[in-house]
Amino acid sequence: MMRGCSSSRTKLTQNQDRTVCMTNCPTLIVTVGLPARGKTYISKKLTRYLNWIDVPTREFNVGQYRREFVKIYKSFEFFRPDNEEGLSIRRQCASAALNDVRQYLTEEGGQVAVFDATNTTRERRETIIQFAEQNGFKVFFVESVCEDPDVIQENIVQVKLESPDYTNCNTEEAVKDFMMRIQCYENSYETLDEVLDRDLSYIKIMDVGQRFLVNRVLDHIQSRIVYYLMNIHITPRSIYLCRHGESELNVKGRIGGDSGLTPRGKEFAKKLTQFIQKQDISDLKVWTSQMKRTIQTAEALGVPYEQWKVLNEIDAGVCEEMMYEEIQESYSLEFALRDQDKYRYRYPKGESYEDLVQRLEPVIMELERQENVLVICHQAVMRCLLAYFLDKTAVELPYLKCPLHTVLKLTPVAYGCKVESICLNVEAVNTHRERPENVDVSRMSEEALLTVPAHQ
Amino acid sequence: MALTADGSEQKELTQTPLLKIWVPWMGCNLNRRRGSSVPQFCNSPTMIVMVGLPARGKTYISKKLTRYLNWIGVPTKMFNVGQYRREAVKIYKNFEFFKQDNEEAMNIRKACAAAALKDVTAYFTKEQGQVAVFDATNTTCERRAIILNFAKEKGYKVFFVESICEDPEIIAENIKQVKFGSPDYVDRDIEEAMEDFVQRIECYRASYTSIDDDKDRKLSYIKIFDVGSRYLVNQVQDHIQSRIVYYLMNIHVTPRSIYLTRHGESELNLLGRIGGDSGLSPRGQKYANALAIFIKSQNIKDLKVWTSHMKRTIQTAEALGVQYEQWKALNEIDAGVCEELTYEEIQRDFPSEFALRDQDKYRYRYPKGESYEDMVHRLEPVIMELERQENVLVICHQAIMRCLLAYFLDKPGDELPYLRCPLHTTLKLTPVAYGCKVEPFFLNIEAVNTHRERPVK
Repeated sequence: MMRGCSSSRTKLTQNQDRTVCMTNCPTLIVTVGLPARGKTYISKKLTRYLNWIDVPTREFNVGQYRREFVKIYKSFEFFRPDNEEGLSIRRQCASAALNDVRQYLTEEGGQVAVFDATNTTRERRETIIQFAEQNGFKVFFVESVCEDPDVIQENIVQVKLESPDYTNCNTEEAVKDFMMRIQCYENSYETLDEVLDRDLSYIKIMDVGQRFLVNRVLDHIQSRIVYYLMNIHITPRSIYLCRHGESELNVKGRIGGDSGLTPRGKEFAKKLTQFIQKQDISDLKVWTSQMKRTIQTAEALGVPYEQWKVLNEIDAGVCEEMMYEEIQESYSLEFALRDQDKYRYRYPKGESYEDLVQRLEPVIMELERQENVLVICHQAVMRCLLAYFLDKTAVELPYLKCPLHTVLKLTPVAYGCKVESICLNVEAVNTHRERPENVDVSRMSEEALLTVPAHQ
Repeated sequence: MALTADGSEQKELTQTPLLKIWVPWMGCNLNRRRGSSVPQFCNSPTMIVMVGLPARGKTYISKKLTRYLNWIGVPTKMFNVGQYRREAVKIYKNFEFFKQDNEEAMNIRKACAAAALKDVTAYFTKEQGQVAVFDATNTTCERRAIILNFAKEKGYKVFFVESICEDPEIIAENIKQVKFGSPDYVDRDIEEAMEDFVQRIECYRASYTSIDDDKDRKLSYIKIFDVGSRYLVNQVQDHIQSRIVYYLMNIHVTPRSIYLTRHGESELNLLGRIGGDSGLSPRGQKYANALAIFIKSQNIKDLKVWTSHMKRTIQTAEALGVQYEQWKALNEIDAGVCEELTYEEIQRDFPSEFALRDQDKYRYRYPKGESYEDMVHRLEPVIMELERQENVLVICHQAIMRCLLAYFLDKPGDELPYLRCPLHTTLKLTPVAYGCKVEPFFLNIEAVNTHRERPVK
């Protein structure tokens, strides 16, 4: 996306024609598919990705609305097509969700809303399309089609058993009920049709990404969404994130630069090698930046590694290789501005965290494609990557704790990511600077330097 | 001294002088890697195999894809079997050559395909090629099976790109745009050529079997329907195939023009200093005003205007009085320690760097700065979005403009850094046939010359 856009959102002109919409109008992504086809998995992941690349996105799960309405889930009978009461409640829930969508996109600055429900009938989808037209939203359907019983079974085990609907059932009961639930939808399921739905914009994902059908991609954001959906997979794997070993400039309390490892840093590289070997990871890919300290760390592993320039640490511009104390002395205004908005603040002749996220996007895309990967990078870079996996906001991101000599093992599980923090027991300086209380430009030096970690 | 995993002593890293890459020792493999700022993820060579009736855009796609892949640093070459046929059969008489029952012709055509495949092997094994685009109709299962067997034997990956279109207008337009100019029809008048070509298509139609979504479900392919209104993508195997799919899904054939220009002359330009973030000189401001007038006179529908985040491009755009988007990716090359120096000062303070740069200007990275190669990688999203868009005016910088121009005009890495992009000149690029028409517009405002020629050794 274009950062620092000076163009504002333009208004839609009401028009009968379905295709008229200014490029900046909000987008409604609508999932389609039987239960246990990965719709919520996709919704959550897509929402996380879009928010990370700075496109305000929110998901609206109709099942959630139903759970709030019908406090207690009894059985699949609720979903029977002849259950008038059930149908009425479900329609109301969908309406309530659409109402919230409208509010999010028109009043709360949302750019994309993900409407997560089965939406398996043409009738239901037509209702949504009309809603979108009335409000000037573009619609993009994401249908997940899968008939592989193993995949469906795995889905049910991973996410349905934990659902509030089944807290009081044992596994066998829950699976049985859920299968009946799926059946309730099957008869009335109308998949997106190449001919009947030829004017709609959609992607049909078949068999967990073996095959895709893409129709009428209208704009940049839809194109990015399609590219993302085509790159994600669900093969179990782990991503290991760590920083380079402690560097010469680290111990001096200086930021940036391109220095080598200290003896303790080299010790970490050794310990990292032992750790990786013990983990016994199949086909591990190792990535580093193009800075000396990450490469030195990787060299100790004795395996091939790939260097990415975009994994280089944030460019601190005029502040490169300075201590925080020196920055306060020479650039106290800049220092205060940074504390005020650490995510968007750009060093003079340097970068911001926001810039970092943009340059890291190809890394994230490739991480999605890959399986087991170890990324040896830097503090600010690691914070950005971590924020993507753990769905942290721009406010939290620059303050995520990424200490030296600690490996984070991320394993996707259910709808999120399990994090294991492994400290490799080699002493290192602390490089984490908390946000000080006083961020005012008129603050005293001492107040600015209160949270600077100790160094030589 | 630290030990590596196998117990050997860990050597101190050194930084290669040209690329500024840290390597364990000078002669090691990493030094000779291409595309140094982004890993290539290319292990086995890949064959992209086109499929489709004549006049479905296969050669258009082949050429464009080849140009794109080369630009992003993936060595790619196109093999057009029609070319081989034209070399084998010097004179094209008429469509009868392509009739199903013309045994002699069939043999020639099979031989041409085989010759092309042989050249593909040579390209991969002797010329370090990474991707080969095999451009032919490949409309029968039999022909595709031959290619698949060939690839399997050699260990090449195969990715099919099938173009399906039955819109008579599009087909007629294709024929007009590229077939009439073909060597095959050099002595015919338009009506004759059209008549013959239509018959030619019919020769293929009877035996045309599209890739079968059921029987061919193990193959990797993309089917493009109706010039991109719909796509079917099957079994994308790896990074490069994923990038190819993304690219193919973003290109279009709607007529449009792209205008490239640099910012107006800047204060630092006047002083002969590189980089920095200075404002426009008085002449630069004049150019901005002239640009506004020029753009208005061009009467462009729905023009998008893009600038970098640097003062001089934004000042130029401001004169236009229209909305514009700022891209950080369009910022000028970062000259690192040489920022705001004159060439004389660089020669004085960094003579070896200066010499290295002249040795390989494309790959040379300024200390603490960037190379042209790095810029190409950061410009890739800009190119992708330019492909999606229609009429766009990009106000950028010298090195940036050279990179963008190299993409549109298919200039290789060693020519790119020496492309002429003078101040106060707008280039209008209009896609036509298989390439790009370039019209330069010098807006008659004097400016310094910032072009440094390749020095004679």
